[in-house]
Amino acid sequence: MRATPSDLLAGLSGIVGPEHVVAHPHALRAYESDGLMRYRVAPAAAVLPGSAAEVVGVVRLCHALGVPWVARGAGSGLSGGALPVESGVLLVLSRMRRILQVDLENRRVVVEPGVTNVAVSHAVAPRLFYPPDPSSQVVCSIGGNVAENSGGAHCFKYGFTTNYVAAAEVVLPDGTVAELGGDYPDMPGYDLLGAFVGSEGTLGVATRLTLRVVPAPESVETVAAFFGSTRAAAEAVSAIVAAGVVPGAIELMDAFAIAAAEPMVGAGYPLDAGAALLVELDGTREECGERLAQVRALCDTHGCTGVRVAADPHERELLWKVRKGAFPAMGRISPHYYVQDGVVPRTRLPEVLDRIAALAEEHGLRVANVFHAGDGNLHPLVCYDGGRAGEAERAEVLASAILDACLEHGGSITGEHGVGVDKKRHMGKMFGAADLEAFQRLRCAFDPDGLANPGKLMPTPRLCGEVPGPYREHPLERAGVAERF
Amino acid sequence: MVRERPADGAAAAAVLADAAQEGRRVRPLGGGTKRGWGAVVPEPEVELSTAALDAIVAYDPGDLTAVLGAGLPLARAQEAFAEHGQALALDPPDGAGAATIGGVVASGDSGPWRHRHGAARDLVLGATVALPDGTLATTGSRVIKNVAGYDLAKLYAGSLGTLGTLVEVVVRLHPRPAGTATVVARGADPALVSAGAAALAAAPLELEALDVRWSGEDGAVLARAGGEAAPRLAARVARLLGEAGLDVEAPVADDEALWAAQRAGQRAAPGGMTLRVSGEPSRLADVLTAAREVGASDAVGRAAVGLTWIRLPAGQASAMGAAPAELRARLAPLRVVVQDAPDAVRAAVDVWGVAEGPALELMRRVKARFDPARACNPGVFAGGI
Repeated sequence: MRATPSDLLAGLSGIVGPEHVVAHPHALRAYESDGLMRYRVAPAAAVLPGSAAEVVGVVRLCHALGVPWVARGAGSGLSGGALPVESGVLLVLSRMRRILQVDLENRRVVVEPGVTNVAVSHAVAPRLFYPPDPSSQVVCSIGGNVAENSGGAHCFKYGFTTNYVAAAEVVLPDGTVAELGGDYPDMPGYDLLGAFVGSEGTLGVATRLTLRVVPAPESVETVAAFFGSTRAAAEAVSAIVAAGVVPGAIELMDAFAIAAAEPMVGAGYPLDAGAALLVELDGTREECGERLAQVRALCDTHGCTGVRVAADPHERELLWKVRKGAFPAMGRISPHYYVQDGVVPRTRLPEVLDRIAALAEEHGLRVANVFHAGDGNLHPLVCYDGGRAGEAERAEVLASAILDACLEHGGSITGEHGVGVDKKRHMGKMFGAADLEAFQRLRCAFDPDGLANPGKLMPTPRLCGEVPGPYREHPLERAGVAERF
Repeated sequence: MVRERPADGAAAAAVLADAAQEGRRVRPLGGGTKRGWGAVVPEPEVELSTAALDAIVAYDPGDLTAVLGAGLPLARAQEAFAEHGQALALDPPDGAGAATIGGVVASGDSGPWRHRHGAARDLVLGATVALPDGTLATTGSRVIKNVAGYDLAKLYAGSLGTLGTLVEVVVRLHPRPAGTATVVARGADPALVSAGAAALAAAPLELEALDVRWSGEDGAVLARAGGEAAPRLAARVARLLGEAGLDVEAPVADDEALWAAQRAGQRAAPGGMTLRVSGEPSRLADVLTAAREVGASDAVGRAAVGLTWIRLPAGQASAMGAAPAELRARLAPLRVVVQDAPDAVRAAVDVWGVAEGPALELMRRVKARFDPARACNPGVFAGGI
């Protein structure tokens, strides 16, 4: 059955009310892209359900009409994962932002998907917190974090979104509702939740999430250490980790990034520094104090030219502002930039950074490096001027070459931003045909009709084959009396 | 039954593919320490041993990662990591060194370190699995942070080999704590023990492990502090447990035997039974009380995680037969899985306790996509998968 646009709009309006259906081309422009603005597609309609029941209604309607749909949280993703599908439905979850339960005793919080990341920590402060902390945490939604398996500066020590989601109520692409995971650890059965987290909206849409929160550290020490070169700073990172220190965060900024961000913030980073390392230690009072001395000593032996230790929370915030402001500050020195998200084994950082510098020179473009050094997750910012003919294309070629370099050194094409539309063409370099086939098996188990966020994550669109006949175990087989041949 | 011992992953995939084509069933075999897990099924035609896949394929101490052959005994891997002051933070009972990394991951087993570092699924960065279509499929990566592709390693973890056979896993490592100190605090009331554990679980102490044990009319909280500051942290732990009304013993620095005993409590005595209960930490006292009432000899638990292992002694067939249903009824909606029990007992009870519903239906669809011929360890898993 082929649905007409008016069937679709009437159906959607009947489910969520006409005031929550956006179909006018002007109004739809706000939904054409996510945080990666270079891709734009207008959907047939954007729909803003207010409850799980309405989400079920919308997904069932799409299934009945054979209309593809894309779920969107806050739209802050950086891989085009929430890019709409033309003539499809954009399922916007921003109205579903209730915190449903705060269970301090069992350290868990139950939320709707539109709740912002930072709101979870606020709901359990000051004694507990929610560790995954993407830079966009003030605006980004938990539903989006779950779809992308978001990380953040503190995941070297604390882990990623996938380590903190206990359960998800998920609307599958055929409109049925399944509870993945559960309120308890080690739920019997497959870890479908583990496969769902990070699936970029291709397996279904979560309407309720149970998150684990943990005791907030009683002590935090933040140090900014300055070095003559990125290589020296990267070597200091390896030395810190090799000494058995597990900082809450270790962030590296190169000279270019410092030059862009420091003047905006005025935190006192020396403008002539070749690189800065921002190290945050958190934990018990006893452990933090000892580790701080150790980190300072290790920085010194690796040619550190100066150190600033935050004396109070205000200074800590100032030191972090340079790091967090680095992306927006790039706008001051370059009209456009393209952020990559490749990962390399941490010990390969010095040589990969050298390689990136060489590639930048080769392509005649500037690249700033601001990244999570603890886990080797690079965020090279390829700077270009889209107004100059051919420069955007050159930036893209350079960005691809950087990802190739990450793969050559045993890394990954994306550490936390996701594949989306932006990096799907690189998937075939990281995974072979058999690997992709296994991904497709999972996809087809959840979404045999390919309606949930089609065209993302997988390098080439594929249809699911025939569903293997529904096998039912014979009661005699179950009882162990008969065998199956 | 034929025992296959493939020399590499491709050969393992060929064994599965042949079996799938010819309608034979394959049981994967690592160290053979968990043969009695899952539902009772007829003897399969093929046993696929990972014994030859026992290499440390790669170990980069500076990156805190390692690639391990599935047949590598966990204990051997830990020895290699310990030389560099590191560890895989996964310490389940290891059958006197026989348990393999593949078996531990495929069974989703864990030990006291679970408290600090999570389960196998949290420590596995990637995996290569032999599939019954004859291919070798790799998921994840060798770096600690990666979101490219579906995280199939989590799906394989705990799947008991029903989707394919693990041939290689990539794991994240952690520095071994410079020192440890364990505080044991006793109490004769499940509520008191549970309250002591809850006080520690809420505190920002970054404990390596936080367990309880219960036996007869006596229980205890065990808390392990780690790092250079372990003795000072242990003193704080002792104070908190004292305030909770427990009878606190002096901290023990040489504490390995205490934790070995906790691990041992996760396994049944020969002929006995172990039931694993998953629940909220706040239900711990109820779980310990229910354990007493179904005739358990003892129990150990990860207090802040919400896992408890309840043991019934050998020779009490009727108590063992009744215990799963009785515990499920008393503790509903908590989950109770029969972990170890004699075959006769397991054949007569619902081992998994998974209700029909959309999630189970989805699990069957996953199984059908990965293993349409049902060659991979069929019938042992939840819902007859």
